[in-house]
Amino acid sequence: MYLWIWRHLPAKSPLAKSAIALALALALTALLWYVVFPWVEPQIQFDQGTIDEDG
Amino acid sequence: MRGFIKALGEIFITFGLVVLLFVTYTLWGTGRYTQAQQTSLAEQLDARWSEPTAADVTREKVKLGDGMALIRIPRFGAKYRFVIVEGTTPADLRRGPGHYAGTAMPGQIGNFVVSGHRTTYSAPFNKVDRLKDGDEILIDTRRTQYVYRVTGSQIVAPTRVEVTAPVPFRPGRKPKKRLITLTTCHPKYSAAQRLIIFGELDRQLPRVNDGGQK
Repeated sequence: MYLWIWRHLPAKSPLAKSAIALALALALTALLWYVVFPWVEPQIQFDQGTIDEDG
Repeated sequence: MRGFIKALGEIFITFGLVVLLFVTYTLWGTGRYTQAQQTSLAEQLDARWSEPTAADVTREKVKLGDGMALIRIPRFGAKYRFVIVEGTTPADLRRGPGHYAGTAMPGQIGNFVVSGHRTTYSAPFNKVDRLKDGDEILIDTRRTQYVYRVTGSQIVAPTRVEVTAPVPFRPGRKPKKRLITLTTCHPKYSAAQRLIIFGELDRQLPRVNDGGQK
C-alpha cells in the first residue's frame, strides 16, 4: 500500500517525495485530530462522572 | 498472496497508530475544547454578575447549560478555577463541572451536587482523591462566597443516586445542613465506580462585584 503511494507521488527526487509524504501524513493527522476525533470521542466516552439510575 | 498479506499488515500498523493518536487526543486534546468553553462561560458570568440589579433580591433563574457559579479549591493551587455549568448531560460536562439540576443551590440547606470529569476535558476533578478532611472548597456566586469544608469521601457504584439526596444516603429525609457533594469517575480512566467527596458549609462571605468593576 505505502509502496504504491510512494511510486505515485508526483515528484522525481527522493527529497521532494519525502516532503510530499510528510505533508500528506500531517494533513491526515490534522483531519483526524480536528474533525474525526472530536466527532467520535463523545460517542464512546469512557469517563462519565455522574450518578444516575442507568449507571 | 504475499502482496495481500503485506498490505494487510500495513493497514493494521496504520490502524494501531491511529488508535494511539486517538488516545492522545482523548487525554490531552479534549482539554482545549473545555478551556475555550470555560473562557466564554467565565466572560458570560462576569457580564451577568456585573449588571446592576434593581433590588437586593434576585430571582434570576439559571438556564440549563449556562454557567452558574465558580469553584475553587485552594489545595489544587491558586490557578484552579472552573465555571460550574447548570446541568450534567455529557455535553454540559464537556464544558466544565456540572451542577445536578434539582439539587440545592450553593449555600442552600440541602445538598449542592457537582459532577466533573476525572480525566479528559481538562479533568476538573482529576485530583479530588487528594482532598483531606477540612480542605476548603470555595463556591463563588454573584453575591456570596460559600466556603465548604471537606468532611469525607467514599467510593460507590455508579447507580448509588442516594449520595445526591438532600441528606446523602437518606433519601426523603428533611435536610438541616448545608452540604456539598462532588462526584467523579473512579478509578481514573474508567467509569466502573464513582468517587464521592462530601463537604459541609463552614462560613459565607458577602461578595461585592456590583457596579461593574471592569
